[in-house]
Amino acid sequence: MNIKFIEHFGKFLIWMRLVFSKPEKMSMYWKETMRQMNDIGIGSLIIVMLISTFMGAVMAVQISYQLGGQLIPRYYVGYLVRDITIIELAPTITCLVLAGKVGSNMAAEIGGMRQKEHIDAMEIMGVNTSAFLVMPKIIAAVFVVPLLVSVAAIVSIMGAYIAAVPTGLFSGAEYIQGIRSYLETWNIFIMYVKAVVFGFILAAISCYQGYFVQGGSIELGKASTAAVVMSNIAILIADYLIAVLLTS
Amino acid sequence: MIRAEKIFKSFGEQEVLKDINLTFEAGKTNLIIGRSGAGKTVLLKILVGLYGPTSGIVWYDDVNFTSLDKKKVRDIRMSVGMLFQGTALFDSMTVEENIRFPMDMFTNKTHKEKLDRVNYCLERVNLTGVNQKYPSQLSGGMQKRAGIARAIVLQPTYLFCDEPNSGLDPKTSLVIDELIHDITQENNITTIINTHDMNSVMEIGDNIALLHDGYLAWEGNKEEVLTSNNEILQDFVFASPFLQKVRDLHS
Repeated sequence: MNIKFIEHFGKFLIWMRLVFSKPEKMSMYWKETMRQMNDIGIGSLIIVMLISTFMGAVMAVQISYQLGGQLIPRYYVGYLVRDITIIELAPTITCLVLAGKVGSNMAAEIGGMRQKEHIDAMEIMGVNTSAFLVMPKIIAAVFVVPLLVSVAAIVSIMGAYIAAVPTGLFSGAEYIQGIRSYLETWNIFIMYVKAVVFGFILAAISCYQGYFVQGGSIELGKASTAAVVMSNIAILIADYLIAVLLTS
Repeated sequence: MIRAEKIFKSFGEQEVLKDINLTFEAGKTNLIIGRSGAGKTVLLKILVGLYGPTSGIVWYDDVNFTSLDKKKVRDIRMSVGMLFQGTALFDSMTVEENIRFPMDMFTNKTHKEKLDRVNYCLERVNLTGVNQKYPSQLSGGMQKRAGIARAIVLQPTYLFCDEPNSGLDPKTSLVIDELIHDITQENNITTIINTHDMNSVMEIGDNIALLHDGYLAWEGNKEEVLTSNNEILQDFVFASPFLQKVRDLHS
């Protein structure tokens, strides 16, 4: 198991050199990157907003419940919702969801191309398929995932307001006071570092799983699943490492 | 010209190709024939560089293709066209985008120049009026022709065809065969076709190499197929009772 992991990791690193080699024609890569940005960004916007709304709503309700009856001011709910969202939930939950949606899609798309000999056809034309098929996806993810995470953070904070203020858990003024209190810009920096790293991880691992798929449709299904599972594990490990590095 | 010199290929313990020595001439349709599992596809993939041989050399004219680094292999591949068994047309692109793709990637032609070339190639393969259709909207024969158009769009020096007639009816197969043969002669291309279609063998086999269990069992041309006494060739060519009767009548 460990030897296989080391073998895959080594293969991944060597492959990354090919992925980030000089493009044959910049305009084609640019076009492909824009297409990927659209697919990842616009294609994931609704699911990200939906999940973030409920994430914020549940947080507001549960934090209110846990702080209820204690001597802690109510505006703290807003403060806690904001910081938990920015530091942890917006980047991590969004990227775990994106690994499921975008990552499996990337693995299936590239794996399907491998099985239908599209990759061989491109290679024979002289295209560096590792670069042409993968680099635009990684670059698109690294740029678009932080934008989606920003949207997730804003929508989550709004979701908390929508869920808790009309139901009387706390007042709008208390909540606004909370989200405007003790803001540390460093936390926003942490959020973006996480978003960039997670974006890279989910795109690179998913493409790797798809690019090296062998066999038929069962193997393609397994590759898609592996893309999601491996991306999620790597995101959680990276989450811990970033937390240790940037908060100690 | 492409030359395979002492090619051996193994996958683990299994030896798939054993000491293959072949020369594929320019301006001729060179056929690799053999039963399923004889090693045809592996040989074709070695010739085109998708697999490396366990030992041996592939020469593209005077260039040792086997020893080239990836960048130089890509340079040579710009003069290579390939028609895949399943055509490998990109299904998210229209026929026009598929054929234009190699030009988009490697040339600085204007849009009009590219479009003219696409239309010329489509006319050459008798496939006009399908520019904006997707591969899934075409019949099998039309897809093959679109695949040939894409393969010749950059005016290749070498053309590889993997089972160009698979899945096609006999009449359409003849059209595809003739098309490949004509294009080969017109442009003096080194064409290598991997097939087990006997019609192709008898129609366009300028040079024929028969593989059997990884060995080169026979070499010749379409005229020699009927007169050769090679048992493996006879078994392969006249496998069906119908063809056996034809042979008996002929003799």
